[in-house]
Amino acid sequence: MPSLAGLFFWMNRKTEDINKIIVKKPLKLDCGKTINNFPLAYETYGKLNANKDNAILVFHALTGDQFVTGTNPITNKEGWWVTAVGPGKAIDTDKYFVICANVIGGCMGSLGPKDINPENNQPYGLDFPVITIKDMVKAQESLLEHLGIKKLLCATGGSMGGMQLLQFCATFPDKAFSAIPIACSSSHSAQNIALNELARQAIMADPVWDNGKYVSKNVQPKNGLAVARMVGHISYLSEKGMQEKFGRKLQEKADYEFSFNADFQVESYLRHQGYAFVERFDANSILYITRAMDYFDLSKQYKGGLVEAFKNQNTKFLVISFSSDWLYTTKENKDIVIALNASGADVSYSEIVTDKGHDSFLLNEPEFLKTLKGFIDSMYEKFKNEKRI
Amino acid sequence: MKKEFKVIAGLLPNNTRVLDVGCGDGSLMNFLREEKNIEVRGLELNQENVQQCIHKGLPVIQGNAETELHQFPDQSFDYVVLSQTLQAFYNPEEVLKNLLRIGKAVIVSIPNFGYWKVRMKLLFFGEMPVTKTLPNTWYNTPNLHMCTIKDLFKFCDEKNINIKQVVGVNEDKTSLIKKSNLEIKNLFSKLGIFLIG
Repeated sequence: MPSLAGLFFWMNRKTEDINKIIVKKPLKLDCGKTINNFPLAYETYGKLNANKDNAILVFHALTGDQFVTGTNPITNKEGWWVTAVGPGKAIDTDKYFVICANVIGGCMGSLGPKDINPENNQPYGLDFPVITIKDMVKAQESLLEHLGIKKLLCATGGSMGGMQLLQFCATFPDKAFSAIPIACSSSHSAQNIALNELARQAIMADPVWDNGKYVSKNVQPKNGLAVARMVGHISYLSEKGMQEKFGRKLQEKADYEFSFNADFQVESYLRHQGYAFVERFDANSILYITRAMDYFDLSKQYKGGLVEAFKNQNTKFLVISFSSDWLYTTKENKDIVIALNASGADVSYSEIVTDKGHDSFLLNEPEFLKTLKGFIDSMYEKFKNEKRI
Repeated sequence: MKKEFKVIAGLLPNNTRVLDVGCGDGSLMNFLREEKNIEVRGLELNQENVQQCIHKGLPVIQGNAETELHQFPDQSFDYVVLSQTLQAFYNPEEVLKNLLRIGKAVIVSIPNFGYWKVRMKLLFFGEMPVTKTLPNTWYNTPNLHMCTIKDLFKFCDEKNINIKQVVGVNEDKTSLIKKSNLEIKNLFSKLGIFLIG
């Protein structure tokens, strides 16, 4: 097993090879600071056609990255949305051109807290500016400009990806012909913020974290980060789903060990998920990205609330929620639908009945994938016709 | 397309905005969109039907009309259509009120419990009627509040709801229903289609 320092070196070396643009245009962040000449890493799948009317932008969630499908070249694992995106899949890369960018604040090649601060030649750490969902989205608009795409056929994303999407539609009302926000919310609830705070406190309580300065020492507060990830994983499953998957089953043993080792399968699962995560994610990025999610409140940005945010929308929406998702509930998703309706937007809504909780959007949920495919394919026909006229 | 939908489509002017409550698989919405350039929206409870609508590119919201009509703003549609569902609500009066709030006008169709075959079944056999328009038996019917064309006429009168037009449907035949021919049409129409508001 490579040392953590070695791993970091290896990760940095490999992230040098991934696609990125340097965004030259200064980006004024919500916090007041401005960034410019910053890297934005991205990946594309499929081919952009001559009419440039088959582009789909995917926004990734908290711990996602630009490697939507196929094999992630950094982790050598499958892309995070391999169930939905790929040749012949619901978002068919034989037909559509799929784009995904790593969010700023992330750690997969876009500007983030582990990068070198040109002011002092040290990794940013906590000197990295606090970013928002709006900042993330604005940065990604530069990528569309770079790729020469005036209007997307569709933009989609689940969880934080859905939040970015709502922001994208509000900020750039003419950039997407259609949009599919999945399992998300227009503002973070107290429970969402509390869970994020738990994740942040777990990282900050790890002495290795050292006020975010661990990066220059080539170490990672892996115990804290692993706990942060475990919190996340609990919130992605439903009570029923967890009970069915693990119950009280023991991990490769006949009886209790009368110790604090992982006796239960659910413990073993959480530990595995937690410690696998530290290999691919930067702890400070979790702090920054969760903060961005907590600050997200679309109605606060627009006087008059959510209805005002969606005013003058020509985008055709499909909102999808999952019945057992307690992180971003059906109620929260329906509130988006109600606001879109009240603003006169073209909106569809479907609640997928499942026990798999928030994670459902990443899983092989046939009803969900069928709905996704049906919507995108029908939107493509409409978009082509509209362009012809 | 069903005769009922043809009548409903005939009542709707081109280039309007229509909400189809309980839109099923979207066949009426599709027809209205293609033939009359009507901007349609649907509300539907059944997951499979919702999926069918989405596949056809029809905007549909999955939800229950009994509890979720509040999300549609006042007078946000030119017409609201409710096909053969009024009798299945717990509170049809409340639903009708909501429909009239959302739409500038409302089209409601009902299976007519006053149809002669229905009356005969009850009168001569002493059993709850099972017919083509009322295919369920008493213990599994979704219909909680059956009414006749005459009942809905009376209801509108009592609640000061303006009746603009009523069409009776029997198989392929349709006829206008007025107060003057109400008794006879109430006997011979399988369906009543009301344009109110």
